[in-house]
Amino acid sequence: MTGDISLQPAAGDAPHIVLEARNVVKTYGHVTALDGVDFELRDGEILAIVGDNGAGKSTLIKTLTGAVHPTSGEILLDGRPIQFKGPLGARHAGIETVYQDLAVAPALDIASNLFLGRELRCPGVLGSIFRRLDKRRMRDEAQRAMNELKFRLPSISNAVEALSGGQRQGVAVARAALFARKLVIMDEPTAALGVRETGQVLELIRSIRDRGLPVVLISHNMPNVFEIADRIHIMRLGRRAAVVTPKSHSMNDVVAIMTGAATA
Amino acid sequence: MNAASASPSPTSSSSSPSLKARILGTPSAGPLLVLIVFCVIFAFTNPRFLATHNISIILQQTVIIGTLAIGQTLIILTAGIDLAVGAICVLGTIVAGKLVNLGYDPVLSMGFAILLCTLSGLAAGGLVAGLRLPPFIVTLGILGILTAALRLISEGGAFPVRDPFLAWTGTTLKTGGFVLTYGILIMAGLYVFVWYLLNETKWGRHLYAIGNNPEAARLVGIPVRRHLVSVYLLAGLIYGIAAWLALGRIPNADPNALQTANLDSITAVVIGGTSLFGGRGGLIGTLVGALIVGVLRNGLTLAGIDPLWQDLITGILVIVAVALDQMSRRKNR
Repeated sequence: MTGDISLQPAAGDAPHIVLEARNVVKTYGHVTALDGVDFELRDGEILAIVGDNGAGKSTLIKTLTGAVHPTSGEILLDGRPIQFKGPLGARHAGIETVYQDLAVAPALDIASNLFLGRELRCPGVLGSIFRRLDKRRMRDEAQRAMNELKFRLPSISNAVEALSGGQRQGVAVARAALFARKLVIMDEPTAALGVRETGQVLELIRSIRDRGLPVVLISHNMPNVFEIADRIHIMRLGRRAAVVTPKSHSMNDVVAIMTGAATA
Repeated sequence: MNAASASPSPTSSSSSPSLKARILGTPSAGPLLVLIVFCVIFAFTNPRFLATHNISIILQQTVIIGTLAIGQTLIILTAGIDLAVGAICVLGTIVAGKLVNLGYDPVLSMGFAILLCTLSGLAAGGLVAGLRLPPFIVTLGILGILTAALRLISEGGAFPVRDPFLAWTGTTLKTGGFVLTYGILIMAGLYVFVWYLLNETKWGRHLYAIGNNPEAARLVGIPVRRHLVSVYLLAGLIYGIAAWLALGRIPNADPNALQTANLDSITAVVIGGTSLFGGRGGLIGTLVGALIVGVLRNGLTLAGIDPLWQDLITGILVIVAVALDQMSRRKNR
């Protein structure tokens, strides 16, 4: 709710930094994937990460989600140093990740997919001894979350395979938004989608930010990035080449920085 | 090229599913219809078909395959397949029979036999989940090992097992002119229990998710390997109980018995609408599938038709069921 206000930090007022990486290095044998990269995600923003293939985008994201351990450097969550024990560790810390390849179970319904891995049990004996799922509560809460995100779906009890690609990805994005306490990371969430479906998902990402969750968006699609990002983190040769905003720089500027033809 | 032409269809039809779509979407609706059609045909051609004692006979004949098919359903739902179903069940009958004939306590003997069956399931699950071997190969290997070992133990031949406890599952009880056996009740209880697990618990949800999209299941934090092991373990336990039911039906331990149980249980599962690709289907369909096979056998026998027709019709049903599954999967791409 306060997301809109905190987007444009007043001058001199230092914004709260949710996730930060300082001088992170990752080497694979002789190959240096990350060469002392810095990263900062502010509260209530959509931060896009762009970069050429091999610039270190994926490795950076993997270190931020706990899939890869950095060789050196430190990662701070809410200002406190943190070491993730695998992707589950990052999730327990409140970081949710959305992947490009539609990570849903197609034959299960929307509510089941939203709560997959975090199912709710019935209260009382039914839940504690008979381990019974509280399907109605999961359906109601799924419906409420979808309404809150203004994401329109045919029916919450539909199987996910009956949905369009954009709606499926919407389910995966909504799942992340529903359970993330700190931030959501999206790795090319629209890469597999058409133009109209991409629009739906971008809209959803915006409403997640407007609810107050910061979003890290990795994307190859420059127009998409310029459409929704508040700031753009540009990777080049395993380092952060620059952080710019869509207002201060054009797409050509960003591409020039990505390729090394210009500096910020 | 297919994707381009198929992609607009889901968006246009996504508004709200019609009644027809909903019925077609219920996986056990088709098989149930087939079962009813067969029952009607047999009832018209032979009035004895619907006699209570004949229905009781059908149920008794369905008990073993029907129970084994529960475990097979669980494994097929994980996108696996179990070719050691019959062999593990026979392991149970031989071990229990041998121990009882040696003079051991029948309850302990049966318990030990069921434990061995459960451990066989555990071994299969460990190999599938731990070493990531294909279930087809793992269970084929266990089938070979068990078949040979059981023939060695029993010195090649069948032997009678006469013990009231082991035969108890075949004991009949009459309820209002309807003859049931305890074995039928045990099978029914297992269906209810496993149905509950599949549909009302986290364990079942996760099993469907793993069969559907193992990578997505892993990414949401489901311990996929441990879950797979638990599925094979439960299946082994069910095969062990089926061994007790088998001894109740025929008081004989035969290393060469149940050789068609693998294919029969897979047939019941597939006719029941469960997808061989995993993640789709359910236990009600399997029960209906097992009953279809039982009704077909019984009805054709009553009609005096050559038993070879049973296999022929069953074969056609399997192909039709898998073809329907494939078509619905392609449509949903």
